[in-house]
Amino acid sequence: MSSTAEPKAPPTNRVGLSVKEYGGSKSTLCVGCGHDVITRQITQALYEMSVPPHKVAKMSGIGCSSKTTAYFADRGHGFNAVHGRMPAVATGAMMVNPGLLAIGVSGDGDTASIGAGQFVHLLRRNVPMVYIVENNGVYGLTKGQFSATADAGSKLKTGAVNDLPAIDLCAMAIELGCGYVARSFSGDMKQLLGLLKGALAHRGTALLDVVSPCVTFNNHDSSTKSYKWAKDHEIPIHEIGFIPYYEEISVDYDPGTTQDVELHDGSHIRLRKLREDYDATDKAKALALCQEAQAKTEFLTGLIYVEPLKKDFLELSGVAGEPIVSVPDARLRPSKKALDEIMEALK
Amino acid sequence: MSSAVLEEKRSEPGIRPPVLNDFSIHVATANGSGSQSSNSILMRAIFQMGIPVSGKNLFPSNIQGLPTWFTIRASKEGFIARRRDVGVLICMNPETAHEDVRTVAPGAAVIYEESLKLDTLRDDVVFYPVPFQKLVLELVTDGKLRRLAINMIYVGVAAWLLDVDMAEIEKAVAKQFKSKAAAVDINMKAIRGGHDWAAKNLTKRDPFRLERMNATAGKIIIEGNAASAIGCMMAGVQFLAWYPITPSSSLAESLIDYAAKHRLDPETGKPTFAVVQAEDELAALGMVLGAGWAGARAMTTTSGPGISLMSEFTGLGYYAEVPAVIVDVQRVGPSTGLPTRTMQGDITSTYYLGHGDAKHILLLPASVEECYTMSMDAFDLAERFQTPVFLMSDLDLGMNNWMADPFPFSDRPLDRGKVLKTKEELEAHVAKFREFARYRDVDGDGIPYRTLPGFIDSLAATYFTRGSGHNERAQYTERPDDYKNNMDRLARKLETAKKHVPRPVVAKVPGAKVGVIAYGSSDFAVEEARVILGRKGLQTGYLRLRALPFTPETAEFVKAHDRVYVIDQNRDGQMYDLLRLELNADASKLSSIRHYDGFPLDAETVIEGIEAGEKR
Repeated sequence: MSSTAEPKAPPTNRVGLSVKEYGGSKSTLCVGCGHDVITRQITQALYEMSVPPHKVAKMSGIGCSSKTTAYFADRGHGFNAVHGRMPAVATGAMMVNPGLLAIGVSGDGDTASIGAGQFVHLLRRNVPMVYIVENNGVYGLTKGQFSATADAGSKLKTGAVNDLPAIDLCAMAIELGCGYVARSFSGDMKQLLGLLKGALAHRGTALLDVVSPCVTFNNHDSSTKSYKWAKDHEIPIHEIGFIPYYEEISVDYDPGTTQDVELHDGSHIRLRKLREDYDATDKAKALALCQEAQAKTEFLTGLIYVEPLKKDFLELSGVAGEPIVSVPDARLRPSKKALDEIMEALK
Repeated sequence: MSSAVLEEKRSEPGIRPPVLNDFSIHVATANGSGSQSSNSILMRAIFQMGIPVSGKNLFPSNIQGLPTWFTIRASKEGFIARRRDVGVLICMNPETAHEDVRTVAPGAAVIYEESLKLDTLRDDVVFYPVPFQKLVLELVTDGKLRRLAINMIYVGVAAWLLDVDMAEIEKAVAKQFKSKAAAVDINMKAIRGGHDWAAKNLTKRDPFRLERMNATAGKIIIEGNAASAIGCMMAGVQFLAWYPITPSSSLAESLIDYAAKHRLDPETGKPTFAVVQAEDELAALGMVLGAGWAGARAMTTTSGPGISLMSEFTGLGYYAEVPAVIVDVQRVGPSTGLPTRTMQGDITSTYYLGHGDAKHILLLPASVEECYTMSMDAFDLAERFQTPVFLMSDLDLGMNNWMADPFPFSDRPLDRGKVLKTKEELEAHVAKFREFARYRDVDGDGIPYRTLPGFIDSLAATYFTRGSGHNERAQYTERPDDYKNNMDRLARKLETAKKHVPRPVVAKVPGAKVGVIAYGSSDFAVEEARVILGRKGLQTGYLRLRALPFTPETAEFVKAHDRVYVIDQNRDGQMYDLLRLELNADASKLSSIRHYDGFPLDAETVIEGIEAGEKR
């Protein structure tokens, strides 16, 4: 079929960019890797949220997951740090330039093992960034060793059984005061997109623990991080809707079936309850939910906990607003008079 | 009363000729007993009398109870290194009293609590028993204050014995307690009580005396860490991440204090300096790299154990080419490895820190003045060369009190290096060089250009930061030629750095066949040793290293001498080793003098080492 019509311009967002302009380099991960699905949802979320791409700071550590920051938003800067220590690099960058939008992508090895210390302190400080854990329960780049999020009793392809309990990153995050804690599945694109948009609008650290099966090393029948297991066991605790601050919002909703959460920028998250009486702003309930899920090996997904108005580290440190990196050199060096006064006091 | 009358009144004549303004006072106390203020007051009063002075705290890794010593050296010639022999000992710690008395030089004066009954230990020193416990009961009514006030009594006794002007003591007390009337009163009462008791009850039988000079007018007293902190602040540091570790913590704390006052934006009132106390040293340097990558002048402070933890991030900083300033206040050992004692212990490990090939720029301050100026240099070099730069201070320099001229203001503009910060700068660069390639050497000096995240809205401005696996365009690659090309450029960058690091200070002595090479805090003892050796007839040339990598002056200096002694404050002769690698054929001219007992280097060690070498 031939056509004489002009090629139709792709749709653009509020900052005049098409979704393609939020893309990055070609993925080098295995075909069918869950991480690539997450990368596409990040790209889509950045586009739909009209994020200025040059403000994006893509932060990662080491591992398959950490490679993926090269696969989206190449109009932003990226920093592949050392293994498990991306939180520190992100913290330093955000302290001096709060105008950046930091998106960290990590894995279960990078976060729950070598990076556990930095992860804990990132959460404790509440550094503003989206922190995505692409969780597959194994080390991919070193060929299939168990990670610390592998469920007790799960088996490797070699038949080796994991005897240790899994670290529940969401429970840990809630305990440490994280104000946006979500669990999702790379196979549940709609939910993931909604959670990502909410995370981008949230102030403070937003943790997304996303089960993202490793097709090469951990997708077999005895794995609890396989596509099949996750699809069969996923129980969403609600359906998530995100209404950005610039859109009209209907004030009518039934509090019995829907929970409305207003974020600091005026955006709203609407959670249509699938689990009776679950309140995502109740810390004790959120922790109980995590513990219950772990005890029953249930795969509960959704926005487990949200505390939208919690102060972030930049506010607490007095550096929010105009970035320190933008202060002209002339205002960085105290005057001769100030130095002379200091010297006088030392005489 | 004239001093001659005073002399007659209280001295037994003809014991020894007087020793004026040239001895050490050693105060032995228990840690946490509050003697720090007393020692500062005594030192400051001597300083105010115009006598060159230095103060060293030889302290344990402990908060309360373990023995600690404070040494005040008065030197009319201006020598401020540690002095091995003690002239005046003040024994306040029963635990160490016997050992302290045994180790002083013959002829020393020993002030001690009379109940310790030390006077039977030796017959070649002069003992002054003082009933400190009894006096403090009479002088201080508040029981809680007695433990601290007892230390002020020895200040009074020493002041009488050594002729310290009481008016200067009073000034020093006012400065110490920031003129808080109640504190000044109670402490002056204890000091006067000690002074009056001594005047009434003691007879001067030792030769040590202080006499007013005019060698300290206009000078300051400062610790090296505070000097570095002021330097960093004046360099416009924008971000500090740190983890507490002795002996570097006071640097971070002074910077935070100074910056709180002096680093508020004059227009907005907002701080122009941010600080994070990190969870460990790994995170501290990670934060610094993040801030440096984002375009800020960023730094951390640490000591040897922290340096080892920073190894991986330092390697990343080197290959990703991110500016960072790391102040290493060197100390002895890991874990419980004499953390409160000094050492030049991290020279080789830091020079090569990281894995794979890496050599770093190290600055080697030898005085509080250089702690100040080199802190400023460090930021300029870090940003110019886009790499971690290390300022290698040490505990002796960093935590002890040093006399100096007031630091001069620098109006040299900050060197922010090759940064394309605006769209216009980027466009001009692209017009000239076809494109912006993050790691391409367009100027031939090994230093590429960089952009900053979030500044320019253009695909042409962005790049991906990672380790050594990248090509000129910062794209990931494992191609052999790309890797090698990058390594060669980094080597070229270090060559360029040799033209920009602080040059050595060279004292050329006509006819001298013997040369000395030293660095850092060894300088004080080396300068003193050279004067004394000169008086004994051995003239020495001197080269003081101020940075690594080495610059051509060093090889020239060795060439010009027959024998060269390299002074290290470590067991393995770390700088000696680096010099041998650098010098090829001339390396055989080098001998190594090594001091490594945890105490600061003294002139005698240098003299003995050189004399022994010259006898061979």
